[in-house]
Amino acid sequence: MAKNTGSSAFRRVDVDQFSEEKYEEEAVAEDEANGPNETDIQRILNEGRNFDALLHALNTAPLSTKNQLVKERVVQTVLKVLLTFKSNEIDVAVKSLDQPQLDLLMKYIYRGFEYPSDGSSAQLLTWHEKVFSVGGLGCIIRVLTDRKRV
Amino acid sequence: MPDAHSFGVDPITCYSWNKDQTQLALSVNNNEVQIQNFANGKWSLKNTLTDHTQRVTGIDWASKSNRIVTCAADRNAYVWVQESGKWSPTLVVLGITRAATCVKWSPMENKFAVGSGNRCVAVCSYDKENNWWTSKKIKKPIRSTVTCLDWHPNNYLIACGSTDFKARVYSAYIKEVDEKPAPSNWGTTNNFANLMGEFSSEAGGWVHGISFSASGNHLAWVAHDSSICVVDANHGLKLTIVKTEYLPFMDVIWINESSIIVAGYGCVPMRFNYKDSLTFVGKLDDADSKQQPGKVSAMAQFKAMDSRAATDVETTLNSTHQNTIVQLSVFAGGKERCTKLSSVGTDGQIVIWDIK
Repeated sequence: MAKNTGSSAFRRVDVDQFSEEKYEEEAVAEDEANGPNETDIQRILNEGRNFDALLHALNTAPLSTKNQLVKERVVQTVLKVLLTFKSNEIDVAVKSLDQPQLDLLMKYIYRGFEYPSDGSSAQLLTWHEKVFSVGGLGCIIRVLTDRKRV
Repeated sequence: MPDAHSFGVDPITCYSWNKDQTQLALSVNNNEVQIQNFANGKWSLKNTLTDHTQRVTGIDWASKSNRIVTCAADRNAYVWVQESGKWSPTLVVLGITRAATCVKWSPMENKFAVGSGNRCVAVCSYDKENNWWTSKKIKKPIRSTVTCLDWHPNNYLIACGSTDFKARVYSAYIKEVDEKPAPSNWGTTNNFANLMGEFSSEAGGWVHGISFSASGNHLAWVAHDSSICVVDANHGLKLTIVKTEYLPFMDVIWINESSIIVAGYGCVPMRFNYKDSLTFVGKLDDADSKQQPGKVSAMAQFKAMDSRAATDVETTLNSTHQNTIVQLSVFAGGKERCTKLSSVGTDGQIVIWDIK
């Protein structure tokens, strides 16, 4: 028999890929950004400038990259910064952030919840409460709808 | 005081007033269109139009020609004409293979546009020779379901919002029925389906409602990322985005050249002013603000249950609407100087608000 009828590889073809109606995500120019340099962050934290470390992390967030490993690493770095804050410093810090930074911070707070450690959830909940009182429900909604994930 | 009327427990999906707000065409989340008479604050059901076989998604009542156009998830649209008290339908062949989502008559009522899940807008006009409505489709570059649309007062520009997170302005000039269009400050090329502008609120979020101002120089839309965007054609299509702290809005409407009303999941209509930037003015619902002190918290409720054995939990909201507001419509005054506004919600209510 000339035809190979024994192969069932055709069953593993993803037909949805060939559908005309498949929604193509907009091709955003992939940023080579790797997020904040960890040693920099550690150095700033050691100098006791918690807020500056947070600002640096937020301003260099790797939003456009598709590299999941980079994103995971940055989440851990930001989580470390968030947990270094003392509870009374959080309020002041949140009040000095502008709206895009607040939205970004809220994204990191939710990502931080995915990696619980001793006492981290309590601290993150305090962060969440403070950011929510300024950002409101819209801030949380944008964590869910924003296409640029952290 | 807002004037609230209830049509039952089912959500109101879509509605449209007739020319003098004496009749209302609405659908309560089913395949029927009810024509209700509104006289002296009382409602009476006059007709029920049942030709659609699936959920009705859009209704528009043409004020001058007194025709109703309806579209539904059954991929059809009907144009209804009233003859001696009865409404008789004419099927419009849209040629779409997915549900229709919204429909609007053009300002001169010689065309109407239907948005659909087929990633296109079908612009329909009446072909006198063959005595039927034909449609032409605007497709590129819409990449997902069209959720809302609005016509520019010049009768040939149309704006549509879609679930591909973008708002677009197109030319819907059909040479068989339209006069040659004058160039507007949205663009000069006027061929059918020409894209005049494509806008996005950056973060993304489905566009839920879109509206041109009375002059057509401003375009506002609301999206699911709780944002309100305004494009100013007087200043080179300048885009202003406001990311609000409220729950997302489902509809937006201009009440004069510099103010919009937005409403949505927050159940309360809010007013924003636009003058180079968008600023929050206030909520239309006073009842909501009375709630301020002592927010009802879960802790307080459990304490009440424990100390007073109070088993019924307060579930009513302090606002007039008890659930999401779905569609806004001008009730009196037109988009230039709206004095009254109507809103419907998934709580089955229609509320008429006074605009000061």
